[in-house]
Amino acid sequence: MTTISQPDHATMPGVSTPVKSRAARRVRGLSDRTIAWLFVAPTIALLLAINIFPLIWMIRLSFTNLNLSMSYLPLRFVGLDNFRDILTDEDVWFRLQTTAQFVISSVALQVVVGFGLALLINRQFRGHSFWTTIILLPMMLSPAVVGNFWTLLLQPQIGPFNYLISLFTGVPPSSFSMTGQVSLAPWTIVLVDTWMWAPYVMLICLAGLRSIPDYIYEAAEVDRASAWRQFWSITLPMTVPFLMLAVLFRAIENFKMFDMVNLLTSGGPGSTTELVSISLKRAAFEKWRTGYSSALAIILFVTVFGAANIYVKTLNKVKQR
Amino acid sequence: MTAAATRSTAHSIVEASPRTKAFAGGLVILYAVITILPLLWIVATAFKSQSDAIAYPPKVIFEPTLEGYVNLFTVRTRQTPDFIAKLPPPETWYDQLVRKRDMVIAGPSKVVPRFVNSLIIGFGSTFLAVFLGTLAAYAFSRFRIPLADDLLFFILSTRMMPPVAVAIPIYLMYRQLNLTDTRLGMILLYTAVNVSLAVWLLKGFIDEIPREYEEAALVDGYTRLQALRKVVLPQAVTGIAATAIFCLIFSWNEYAFAVLLTSGEAQTMPPFIPFIIGEGGQDWPAVAAATTLFVVPIVMFTVLLRKHLLRGITFGAVRK
Repeated sequence: MTTISQPDHATMPGVSTPVKSRAARRVRGLSDRTIAWLFVAPTIALLLAINIFPLIWMIRLSFTNLNLSMSYLPLRFVGLDNFRDILTDEDVWFRLQTTAQFVISSVALQVVVGFGLALLINRQFRGHSFWTTIILLPMMLSPAVVGNFWTLLLQPQIGPFNYLISLFTGVPPSSFSMTGQVSLAPWTIVLVDTWMWAPYVMLICLAGLRSIPDYIYEAAEVDRASAWRQFWSITLPMTVPFLMLAVLFRAIENFKMFDMVNLLTSGGPGSTTELVSISLKRAAFEKWRTGYSSALAIILFVTVFGAANIYVKTLNKVKQR
Repeated sequence: MTAAATRSTAHSIVEASPRTKAFAGGLVILYAVITILPLLWIVATAFKSQSDAIAYPPKVIFEPTLEGYVNLFTVRTRQTPDFIAKLPPPETWYDQLVRKRDMVIAGPSKVVPRFVNSLIIGFGSTFLAVFLGTLAAYAFSRFRIPLADDLLFFILSTRMMPPVAVAIPIYLMYRQLNLTDTRLGMILLYTAVNVSLAVWLLKGFIDEIPREYEEAALVDGYTRLQALRKVVLPQAVTGIAATAIFCLIFSWNEYAFAVLLTSGEAQTMPPFIPFIIGEGGQDWPAVAAATTLFVVPIVMFTVLLRKHLLRGITFGAVRK
């Protein structure tokens, strides 16, 4: 850091006399190439140290039998055994299936709720800005804290959620448990995730809706296109790139979901809500099967990396708008 | 000018009718009220007594008490009424409150150190990430860097990685470096995660500052670094502040790394809050009190950030 700020001070003479000859500038100032290099290097170095170096280390470990709870065992290279174990393990496929179900249903619900809200807010009623801010609050909160306090709200006996449901349906409030019942728990994590993240989809869709110039609708009016027709041939197609952005990002985030679900159901009951990340945490930090979990982590990395690639391409596409 | 003109005529055709507006407004307000109820419930629970918090049916009207907050900040021991009667009269209102429950305050709880950890790690990582991010973003914005797009993708992709997967090698590395459960370790880790957001966001903000300003300054004899300090940075202040708040919110809220890599010394609030326990399970009023205190800054920041929120959640790609 000092290497960067020093030349700055060195070339800072009296501030009141900035006029100098070009030659002097060339001598005293650093060349643009040096500056570019100096400015980018610390960030890249940090990311190499904290992300890439450990990643390479992990790739190495994924070919070993390392188990931290039995570190007295000699470290043995087992080749692709960990990968073979993972890919042929029915449990792993079951976790992936659970995760896929969670990702698909939560993102779909968020798109419906978020896009719907965006359409409504785009009507610009009075006070829409205030209410939008209220709606946005959940997505700014800590997912862990959210997962934790929803366990109180969802308590079968004392929680307000079951009580409200029983008020409307007449079902006794202690007859069902949102987090403890195999049939309900997968929907509970979808529900809480949607509560948190529908605003995210909403905000991005709103930007999409606002990017549509009014004159297109005016032309449609002139052509006497129905409101329905306008929605399908103007509003929807012009918002799709934005929607894609939201969907991709939510899908990536939910694919690696850990914090909220870990506190809400911690994977239970049984393993009905055990998403890949939770299962990875159990393998790595409870069973301490480091070699095995490194291999699983690498499989996740590759998946996310591929998805991130598509996401960035979409980002750039939207940016051009 | 013409754009403004078309817009003003546009409203007569495109703007919704008052009835549509009222209908849309009604639905949105209904959703907003439903969405905010869970938060209000938590804020209210913080002011309930232990028995009111777990009452059936759930209590909407109750006698407010500060017990939850007192329990959050103290460690208490249960005593016999005889013992308490023999004690000198309570010195403070909170002593009195606790004694009503046949308890005596034994000392402060761990909440303050955890809160301090959250602050130190949050501000430390934010400062570093914004500092590094500003430099890198400026370079990406103004200079031709070989493979710039690939580097930018690399920078962003590091943020996308599943935290639990990243934590495995970090755990091993930190064990070797004696960085496990240290504030420095967490600051470095959060800086690495935040710097990617900072670079992307700040690049967007700096791209918007016209190059002509700097070029004029360069012609006037400023060096690049002087131009950066005197011309670019003052223009980028809002963007830098918004970026800093985003980084701060991330570090403040982060749970996965915190729970896997810290256990005491450097533990932050998110892994701590769920484990605030009283006699027989979670002490809900105290948990709710901690949650409230933890969430209030976030609510304030959200209001402050409202204009830049969209940029923040799309890494600067969508601006308005």
